[in-house]
Amino acid sequence: MSTNKLKFSRRKVKEAGAAYLFIAPMVIGLLIFYFFAFIQNIYFSFNKVGAFGPPTFVGWSNYIRLFNDPLFWTALKNTLFYTVLGVPLVVGFSVVIAWLLNQKIKGQTLYRTAIFLPAITMPAAIGLLWRWLMNYQYGLLNYIIVKLGGQPIAWLSDPNTVKWAILIVLVWSMVSYQVIIMLAGLQGISKIYYEAAEIDGANKMQIFFKVTLPLLSPTIFFVTIMSMINILQIFDFIFLMIQRNTVAYQYSMSLVSYFYEIAFTQNIRGYASAISVVLFLIILAITAVQFVAQKYWVNYD
Amino acid sequence: MKENKVKFLFHAALVIFALIMLIPFVWMFLTSIKTYEEAIRIPLQMFPKEIQWVNYEIVYNKFPFLTLYWNTIVVTLVTIAGQLFIVSLAAYAFARLEFPLKNILFIGMLGLMMVPGQIFLIPQFRLMVQLKLTNTLTALVLPSLFSVFGVFLLRQAFQTIPKDLDEAARMDGCSYFRIYWQIMLPLVTPNLVALGIMTMLSTWKNLMWPIIVNRSIEKMTLSAGLAMLIGEHTTYYEQVMAGAVISVLPMIIIFMIFQKQFVEGIAKTGVKG
Repeated sequence: MSTNKLKFSRRKVKEAGAAYLFIAPMVIGLLIFYFFAFIQNIYFSFNKVGAFGPPTFVGWSNYIRLFNDPLFWTALKNTLFYTVLGVPLVVGFSVVIAWLLNQKIKGQTLYRTAIFLPAITMPAAIGLLWRWLMNYQYGLLNYIIVKLGGQPIAWLSDPNTVKWAILIVLVWSMVSYQVIIMLAGLQGISKIYYEAAEIDGANKMQIFFKVTLPLLSPTIFFVTIMSMINILQIFDFIFLMIQRNTVAYQYSMSLVSYFYEIAFTQNIRGYASAISVVLFLIILAITAVQFVAQKYWVNYD
Repeated sequence: MKENKVKFLFHAALVIFALIMLIPFVWMFLTSIKTYEEAIRIPLQMFPKEIQWVNYEIVYNKFPFLTLYWNTIVVTLVTIAGQLFIVSLAAYAFARLEFPLKNILFIGMLGLMMVPGQIFLIPQFRLMVQLKLTNTLTALVLPSLFSVFGVFLLRQAFQTIPKDLDEAARMDGCSYFRIYWQIMLPLVTPNLVALGIMTMLSTWKNLMWPIIVNRSIEKMTLSAGLAMLIGEHTTYYEQVMAGAVISVLPMIIIFMIFQKQFVEGIAKTGVKG
């Protein structure tokens, strides 16, 4: 009995030893690059930190400065603009396109390949490409607009339109990626539901709203959360498409653009840390709200 | 009759969406084979009189594309290999082995998944400066080796394997590492592929970290190199577009060949479970 128990516990010790050895690289890496980094970043947000030298403690002053910084509020406003308009557009378009791609008709492979293309293209190339498409004088987009009888738009330099220009590119590139996830969600819905609805004499529209959408709601929820978190951190397109020394830049800059500017161009790192902490809190708050709200519209069966 | 009308509407809608996604790429290519005068002609000229490959030559000579390619491939491969090993080893332990503090450690890791990446950037950059790793390819690889999401994904995959399998192997005197390496790992191959594709895409796309931690173009990936291209040659769009084509073409070709794996990979890492 006692030797048995001893053997048993020795085995347990061995197992735990192996397990610690296996998780060690991961845990050590996470501690160094993420866990300590997180804590250090919060510590920095209460300090004055330059490009060189040790940080000096300044209490809440970075946060007070942030509160009184009009550029921070502009960046926050812009970021919310992208999020509030971008998320519904991305989710809406990706549901509709995925639903179309899931119909049994010819040529789906071709349609899919074309529609998935932006998803695998690097944002740097997308940014450059759209910068050219949205060129005021020579861009394809203005050419089409003029052909249709409209006025050419200074997409990337007019303070009133830069945000819309960024939004268009954002939605265009994100829809492509989210369609793939939506399509997988659609394909996961059992055929039984559709057959039952058809036997009951429901038409395509009724089936879409009464069967497809509710059964797809967990995927829709997931895509909503993911695109929201991604858009709240938008940076690449603004960085690539808008000239940084123009007025238009201020009108398009996001929180992360502003963070990057302060942290790595101006080297005011303590203040930048405070910006990143605030962004973290905003994302946390909005995600929490979403998780509470999901109870009322997401259908888990 | 009605059925046909519906089908026609489906096709019409799909053609429109497909064109919206496709035309920018077509335009990118068309611009890249025009002369400067053709690229900025008013009224706009759709096709070049004569195909100009010279833009590719100019961009290639102005810009170290071979180095950028090489860097991107090295960084991507090393990141994928290192990450898959570190992550799957940890995931195996979390899924199949018992050890003290397991749950606390796992919940702590999940917590990190909620934090937006910018929060780590300043400390990570300072760390790289202290380690004298700025302006190296190592700096591009290091932080992305430790993917919490990867542990989460692979742990779920390992959990679906029947428990008797490791019991039997233990009876035969297999070490834990051999069980992981020879029995468990082959069984989760589809998930490894999915995670590998995900990592490939994000390494390929990443822009911010390379431009923060590296300074010289010789140490950049394609994505970051392309961003530097715009800074220098904005006026010659036919050249910029040639650079863009060179940068996106390999990924498009890989995607065309492995479309099924890509779609499954994105779907698997996207949809939970």
